[in-house]
Amino acid sequence: MINKRTSIEEAIAKIGDGAVVMVGGFGVPGTPFTLIEELVRQNPRRLTIIKNDANEAGMGVDHLLRNGQVERLVVSHIGLNPHAIQLKNEGRIEVEFCPQGILAERIRAAGAGLAGFLTDIAMETLLAEGKPRVELDGEEYLVERALEADFALIHAHAADPFGNLTYAASARNFSPLMAMAADTVIVEAENMVALGGIAPEAVHTPGPFVDHVVELQELSEAYGVVRR
Amino acid sequence: MLSGADERMVRRAAREVRAGMTVNLGIGYPTLVVDYLEPGLPVCMHSENGISGQGPALPFEQADRNLIDAGGAYVSTLPGTAFFDSAVSFALVRGGRLDLSMLGALQVAANGDLANWIIPGKYTPGVGGGIELAQKACRVVVLCTHLDKRGQSKIVAQCDLPLTAPACVDRVYTDMAVIDVTDTGMVLREIAAGLSVDEVIAATAAPLLIDENELATF
Repeated sequence: MINKRTSIEEAIAKIGDGAVVMVGGFGVPGTPFTLIEELVRQNPRRLTIIKNDANEAGMGVDHLLRNGQVERLVVSHIGLNPHAIQLKNEGRIEVEFCPQGILAERIRAAGAGLAGFLTDIAMETLLAEGKPRVELDGEEYLVERALEADFALIHAHAADPFGNLTYAASARNFSPLMAMAADTVIVEAENMVALGGIAPEAVHTPGPFVDHVVELQELSEAYGVVRR
Repeated sequence: MLSGADERMVRRAAREVRAGMTVNLGIGYPTLVVDYLEPGLPVCMHSENGISGQGPALPFEQADRNLIDAGGAYVSTLPGTAFFDSAVSFALVRGGRLDLSMLGALQVAANGDLANWIIPGKYTPGVGGGIELAQKACRVVVLCTHLDKRGQSKIVAQCDLPLTAPACVDRVYTDMAVIDVTDTGMVLREIAAGLSVDEVIAATAAPLLIDENELATF
């Protein structure tokens, strides 16, 4: 099995202006802070960011917002980041809200090679506006489109050189789904292990989904416990 | 710190939680319910970010940086805890495996409509998992103050705020009352100690059905 280890500069350099980028994580756990930092440094513009949330002010995705790199966010909520809410209210970024499980399922559908799915979730809410409706066996459903991306940025607890991954505790969240749904999947790994270092039945994301593995040399403060 | 009335509301609502249930506690008052459960009650707490069997919250000194609940609190594991991805987490909710969802509210209507995620132009954080929790949990109960900050009833004939989900609420616990949503309308079941029925009616902007003989206090 091939070795997918890549330098962080080389991996992130693939992301150009206008790219659609999925970012794993729910709050701090699972957010690939180091990959995001490099994305800020390399500074591609007009990005669409797909993430559960916009982190908190001054953390993670908020650095991309502050650097003016983001045109559009697709999220389930941004309530912990007043700065993101402000940018939205000022019309400086476009925000698409999805119910959290529908966001997850749209990403999963793309990763599974499906065009979309039918659901009754949110049918009688503002979030149904503009979505196609179909009738099936006498019931009406919304059509939810699959959500795919050019890139996924993923934080793994452990990776082997082929890209088999494990996630820690609640840091799993959207990461295994996003790792299936993007053309190019870039992983930052807290722990690099040899091939065979992750037991086959313990693998959360199988290597064939992964393109580049970056070994983290150290964990910045961003990964730590947040004392609110 | 909770006021006396709020504390009684949360304590009363905690009796919703029965042995064997899988339960999701939303942000706000619902989160506090866990502190009022009978010690050792065998319940399975679900968190949207991919946890079943979630353990108690931890102080920062003991926190695992990778283990938070959906509200961002650092939590713990128990024997029997499981972690999974966000698609699995909401499959559990939509698939009918969540016995009880406890949610906060901006407004609850007489027919059980719930509005709790947006005040257009003022409060637009996004919905998170709220729609699925309201629409698909087997039982949905709301915990909220009876009145909003302007003194307006949160219990209304019809919601004027955008809905989270239609006709989804089974019961409402407030600092003033316990109210069931039934096919024939809202039924006042219990009132807070020290209040009169007339005071509760006056504070409620929806019609209440009342059987004085059945009415309890909490």
